[in-house]
Amino acid sequence: MQRVKHNWLNLGLMHLALIAYTIIALFPVVVILINSFKTRKAIFREPLALPTSETFSLVGYETVLKQGDYFLYFQNSLIVTLGSLFFILLFGAMAAFALSEYRFRGNTLMGLYLALGIMIPIRLGTVAILEFMVATGLVNTLWALILVYTASGLPIAVFILSEFMRQVSADLKDAGRIDGLSEYRIFFRLVLPLVRPALATVAVFNMIPIWNDLWFPLVLANSEETKTLTLGSQVFIGQFVTDWNAVLSGLSMAILPVVILYVIFSKQLIRGITSGAVK
Amino acid sequence: MGSLTLRNVSKSFGKVEVLHDINLAVEDGEFVIFVGPSGCGKSTLLRIIAGLEDATSGDVEIAGRRVNHLPPSKRGIAMVFQTYALYPHLTVRKNMSLGLKQAGESPAVIAERVEKAAAMLELEPYLERRPAELSGGQRQRVAIGRAVVREPELFLFDEPLSNLDAALRVNTRIEIAELHRRLGSTIIYVTHDQVEAMTLADKIVVLQDGKVEQIGAPMELYNDPDNIFVAGFIGSPAMNFLDARLLDEPPEVATIGLRPEAISLGAEGRIEGTVSHLEHLGADTNVYVHVGDRLVTVRILGQENFAVGATVRLNFPPGAVYRFDADGRRIRAGEAG
Repeated sequence: MQRVKHNWLNLGLMHLALIAYTIIALFPVVVILINSFKTRKAIFREPLALPTSETFSLVGYETVLKQGDYFLYFQNSLIVTLGSLFFILLFGAMAAFALSEYRFRGNTLMGLYLALGIMIPIRLGTVAILEFMVATGLVNTLWALILVYTASGLPIAVFILSEFMRQVSADLKDAGRIDGLSEYRIFFRLVLPLVRPALATVAVFNMIPIWNDLWFPLVLANSEETKTLTLGSQVFIGQFVTDWNAVLSGLSMAILPVVILYVIFSKQLIRGITSGAVK
Repeated sequence: MGSLTLRNVSKSFGKVEVLHDINLAVEDGEFVIFVGPSGCGKSTLLRIIAGLEDATSGDVEIAGRRVNHLPPSKRGIAMVFQTYALYPHLTVRKNMSLGLKQAGESPAVIAERVEKAAAMLELEPYLERRPAELSGGQRQRVAIGRAVVREPELFLFDEPLSNLDAALRVNTRIEIAELHRRLGSTIIYVTHDQVEAMTLADKIVVLQDGKVEQIGAPMELYNDPDNIFVAGFIGSPAMNFLDARLLDEPPEVATIGLRPEAISLGAEGRIEGTVSHLEHLGADTNVYVHVGDRLVTVRILGQENFAVGATVRLNFPPGAVYRFDADGRRIRAGEAG
C-alpha cells in the first residue's frame, strides 16, 4: 500500500492560512455578538472586550423585543426567503430537467438565454420593476419581493442544476418510462432525490443574499407590515442618534435562522443517496 | 404471442443516419441477440423497439400489433439495463412492483408475482433491502426480476452483463439461459461480446454501421459467414485473413480466411511462417505465427510447445479455406470460377 506523504511545512502553512481566514471571517460576527450583550458605554470604551459582570446588559434585546414589530419583521423575512427558495428550486429544477433531458430545437440557445441572467445584476432594472409592481398593485406586498428574488435566483439555479441533472443516469429515467411513470413522477420521484445535494447548494447560495437584502425591501415593500428584518433593524439607525445596543441585538438574532437553515441544507449537501442506483 | 417484426426501420440524428433500413422477424419464444462493435446502432435499435426512441421511418410490430405510437409502458415489453437502473430510494420489493402498480394491478396479483419472481431469482432474503445494500450480481438479478414480474411479450436486455466481473458474468449468463428456457418468452438481447452471443442466442443479428450484415443461428454464422466482417467478428480467437496470392486461388479471390482452430503446425504444410509468441491456456495453446507481415493465430488442442523463432509450416484441410472478394463478400465453393 502506498502511504500518503505529509509535508509538514506545507500542511502547517495551509492551516495557518485557513485559520487566518477563519479569524477574519468570524471577527465581525463575534464583535456583533459580544457587544450586543454590553452596555452602551462599554461598547464604545472597549469594543473588543468580552462582557463582564459590570458591563453585561440585555438592554439591546429588551428594546428590540419591546419594539413589538420585530416578530413581524422576522416572519416577513422568513416568508420571503423560504418562498423565494421554494420557487427558485421548483422552477429552476424544472427548467434544468427540460434542458438536460429533452432534445428540442434551440435547446442550447435557451440554456444560454437562461444563464444570461447570471451576468446582469437585477438591480439595474429596479425602476422598471417598481413601475411594474405599482401597475400590478403588488407594491408593498411580500409577493413583490418573492417574485423579484425568484427571478434573480433562477439563472444560477438553472445553470447549476442542469449540469447535475445531466449526470443522472439516463437508464434510470428510461426504466421509469418503461414502468409507466409520467414525466412528472420521473422528475419528482427519481431525479430530484438524486440531485438533492445540488438543490441544497443552490438553496444556500440564494438564501443568504435574500435574507440580508436591504435594497428591494426598501424600494418595493417598505410599509410597516411588509418590512423585513434587515429593513426593520434600520429604525435603530438614525441620522443623528443610533441605538447601537438595539442594532447589534437585532442583527445577532437575525443570524440565528440563517444558521439553522444552513445547517439543514448542509446536511443535505453531504448526504447523497445516489450510491447503489447505478454502478 | 411475443413475436416482433421490424419493417424498414431507419433512424437518423440530424443528418447522421445511424440505422439503415432494418428488416427483422423474430418468432415467439426466440432468443435473438444483436451483436456488433460499439457505435453500430444496436442499442439504438433496441431503444426503438422499447419506444424510448422514435424511428425516423419504418414500422415496429410487437405480437402482431403496430406499436409505433405507443409509449414504452403500453408496448408489452420489459427492459434490463446495463447499469441496472434500480430506483435507489425504493426497496427491492417496491422496485419490482412499481411497474405493476402503475399499470393498475391489484395488490394481491402484485404480491404474488413479486414472490414468484423473487423465489425464481433467489432474491427472497433481500426483498426489504435497498439497492445500495446489494452486490452487483444481486442488483442485476433485481433488475431481471423487475422485468419478469411484468410478464411481458418481449424481454429487452441492453448489455446486461458488461458491468459484472468475469466469474459472475458466466454465472449470470447461465441464469439468463435458464430463465429463457423456463419462461419460454421472447428475448432481444444486445451485446458487443460475441461469446455471449454465441452461447445464448437462437438467432444472431450482426450489425455494423447501422446495417444488418447477417442474420442466422450461431453455428450458421460461424460455419457459413456471408462476408469478411461476420467471419472476423464471430469466433474467438478471430479468423485469420491472408492475401489470396499465398495460395493458388482464382483471380477474383482477394482474401482468404482461416479459423485458428482449423490450422495445424508441422513440417508439412502449404504456408511457411515463424513462431513469434505462445499462449498456454491449459486446455489449448495459442501459437502466433508470422506469415510475411501478418500475424496468424493458430489454436492447437492440448499443451504443445514450439520454440519462438522456429520456422513452421501451416497445414489445413482444403475445405477450411474461406474465400472473399475485394469488397469483402464471401465467394462460396461452386461460385468460384
